[in-house]
Amino acid sequence: MRIELVKRPQRSALFSMLSPFIAFALTIIAGAIMFALLGVNPLNAFEIYFVEPISQVWQLHELAIKAAPLILIAVGLSVCYKANIWNIGAEGQFIFGAIFGSIIPVLFPQFEGPLVIPLMLLLGMVGGAFYASIPALLKTRFSTNEILTSLMLVYVAQLFLDWLVRGPWRDPQGHGFPQTIQFGDSAVLPELMPDAGRANWGFVFALVAAVLVWLMMSRMLKGFEVRVLGSSPRAGRFAGFGFNRMVFFTFLLSGALAGLAGISEVSGAIGQLQPVISPGYGFTAIIVAFLGRLNPLGIVAAGLVLALTYLGGEAVQSALGISDKVARVFQGMLLFFVLGCDTLIHYRIRLIGIALTKPNGAAQLEAAPKLEEAR
Amino acid sequence: MDIAVNILLTIATAATPLLIAAIGELVVERSGVLNLGVEGMMIMGAVGGFGAGYLTGSPWIGLLAAIIAGALFSLLFAVMTLSLATNQVATGLSLTLLGLGLSGMIGTSFVGQPGVRLPNLDIPGISSIPVVGRLIFGQDPVFYISIALTAAVMWFLFKTRTGLTLRSIGDSHTSAHALGIKVIRYRYLSVIFGGACAGLAGGHLSLVYTPQWVENMSAGRGWIALALVVFASWRPWRVLAGAYIFGAVWIGQLHAQAFGIPVPSQFLSSLPYLATVVVLVLISRNKRLTMMNTPASLGQPFVPDR
Repeated sequence: MRIELVKRPQRSALFSMLSPFIAFALTIIAGAIMFALLGVNPLNAFEIYFVEPISQVWQLHELAIKAAPLILIAVGLSVCYKANIWNIGAEGQFIFGAIFGSIIPVLFPQFEGPLVIPLMLLLGMVGGAFYASIPALLKTRFSTNEILTSLMLVYVAQLFLDWLVRGPWRDPQGHGFPQTIQFGDSAVLPELMPDAGRANWGFVFALVAAVLVWLMMSRMLKGFEVRVLGSSPRAGRFAGFGFNRMVFFTFLLSGALAGLAGISEVSGAIGQLQPVISPGYGFTAIIVAFLGRLNPLGIVAAGLVLALTYLGGEAVQSALGISDKVARVFQGMLLFFVLGCDTLIHYRIRLIGIALTKPNGAAQLEAAPKLEEAR
Repeated sequence: MDIAVNILLTIATAATPLLIAAIGELVVERSGVLNLGVEGMMIMGAVGGFGAGYLTGSPWIGLLAAIIAGALFSLLFAVMTLSLATNQVATGLSLTLLGLGLSGMIGTSFVGQPGVRLPNLDIPGISSIPVVGRLIFGQDPVFYISIALTAAVMWFLFKTRTGLTLRSIGDSHTSAHALGIKVIRYRYLSVIFGGACAGLAGGHLSLVYTPQWVENMSAGRGWIALALVVFASWRPWRVLAGAYIFGAVWIGQLHAQAFGIPVPSQFLSSLPYLATVVVLVLISRNKRLTMMNTPASLGQPFVPDR
C-alpha cells in the first residue's frame, strides 16, 4: 500500500476550516483505543476526562487559569512560526518572565500600592523578551540555529530558577522548603470574580493579546511582512523587509508574551516562586499554536481545549488511577493529527496498491492539474 | 592511574548514547530529512528497553526492545513527513512531546523498580590487564557497538554507491528523483535507521548508564545529539570527537559537584547545555564550512510529481 499526494490547484478552504475538527475526532478515537488498552471503559473515561472537569462554574475558572498562559504563549509563537522562525524555548522565557517579575515582591516586599502589579507585569515581559533575545542575537549575528539554542536555554532557565529558590531567594522562614516568600497582597494578580472562582486577570491579558496580535497580523503592514518573509524570504528581501529585524521582532514579541504568562502565573495562580512553576506550558503552547492554525483567534479556542486536557488528566488520575501523563499523550496525539490533517488543505490523498481510493478518486484523477506549479 | 582510567571509562559511558543517537541522526539528515524527535525516540527506547529487561530479566532482550521501540516510533514520523509531506520541524517536535508523554505513562509502574544491567565485556586474562585491559576490553557491549556503528556509517556514506545515492538525495531530491532514485524509500529507511539508533541510545541509558527508569531520564541528550550533528558538520568522525568532548563536559561537571567545588551545583549542571550553545555559535560563525556541508534539501518536504 502506498500513499500518494495530489496537489490541489489551490488550498482548500473547506479543509482549512475542518482540519482541526477532524484532528480532534481522530484524537478521540485514538484516545478511546488507549483507554480500552488501559482497561478502562472509554465512554466512562471520556466523561471524566472531558465533561466532568467543566461541569461547574468554579471549574470553568480553573480552565481559564490553565488556558491563560497557553493562549498568551501560543499567540506569540504563532507570529514566529508564520515567519518561519522557530522559537521553541518559550518555556525558558516563561520562567525568566516569572523571575524578573518576582524581583519586586521578593526583594522589595515593603514596596506596596497599585503600582506594584503593573511594574511586575512590565518586568515580566522584559525578562521574557531578554531571554528570547539571546537566540535571536545568536541567529542574526552568527546564523546559529535558533531551534537548538532556544531549547538548550530552557534547561538553563530551569536550573537557574532552581538555584534561586534554593539559594539566595529562599524564604528564611520557610522551614527549608525551596520557595520564596509569599507575595504580598498588592503583588497578587486580582481575581476576576472572587465569589465564583479563582480565575484572574491573566485570562483577560490572554484575550487582549490574541485580539491585538490578530489585528496586527490581518490589518497591519507588520503582519503582512511576517507572512511574506515566512512564505518567501526572497520576495520579502525584494520588498525591502529585513530578515534580521524580523528575527528580533518575532523573538522579542513571543518572549515578552511568554514572560507575561510567566509572571501572571506566578503572581496569580501560585503566589510565590517554586522550583517548578510550569507543567510544560511553553511546550504545550506549541501544540496550541498549531491546533489554532497559527491564527490568534483560533488559538483562543485551541488554548481552552488544551487546558481541558490538563484538567482531564488530573481528573482521570484521581478518579481512575491512571497516570496524569495521559494528558501529555493526548496533547501529543492531537498535534500529530493536526499536522496530518493539514496536508488535506494542500493535497488530495490517494491510497494506491489496494482497491481503495477516496470517493470520487477516479474523477479527481482526471481533474488533477498537469500544471507544474507543484513546487 | 586508576582514577584516570575510571574517569575515562565514565566519559566513554556518557559519550556512548550521544554518539549513537547523533550517528543515526546524521544519516537521516544526510538523506535530507530533519527529525527533531530524537529526544522522543530516545526516551521511548529507554522505557521500552527498561520494561523489556525488567519483565524478562534479560538485558539483551531489553536492548533489542529499545531498538525496536525507537524504530517503530520513528516510523510515525516517517509516515507523517514522507508520505503526508507535513512540516518536518513541527512533526519532529510533536514526536518529542508525544514520546515524553507516552514514556511517562508506560513507565509509571516501573518507577523505583530495580533494573537489569548489561554486563561489561570480560575476557578472562585480557580484561584484567591494567589500564589497557579495562579501557579496550572491559567496557559495556554498547560501547563497542557505538564505535563499530560509527565506522560502518563512515564507510557506508563515503565508500559505497548506496551511500553516495543517499547523500545525493539529501543534496537535491528533485535531481535524484529525476534520475529514477526512489527518494521516499531511501528516506524511510534512513529515518527508521535513525530511530533504531536513538532507541539504542535510550536503551543504553536505562540498561547501562543508570539501570533504572526515571521519567525524562534522557535529560536533553537527544537535543544535544542533534546539536552534535551540526557541530560535526555532518561528518561521522567529527560526531565521534564531539560526543566524547560532550561526554567529558558531562562527567566533568558531575565530578566537580562531587568534589564540592564552591559553585552552585545548578550552574555546573547547566554546563552541558551552555556548552552546546557555545559550540553551535563557534561552528556556525564559519559560514562557508556550514554552507558547504549542510545537505541542501535538509528539512524540505518532497512530493514526487508524476
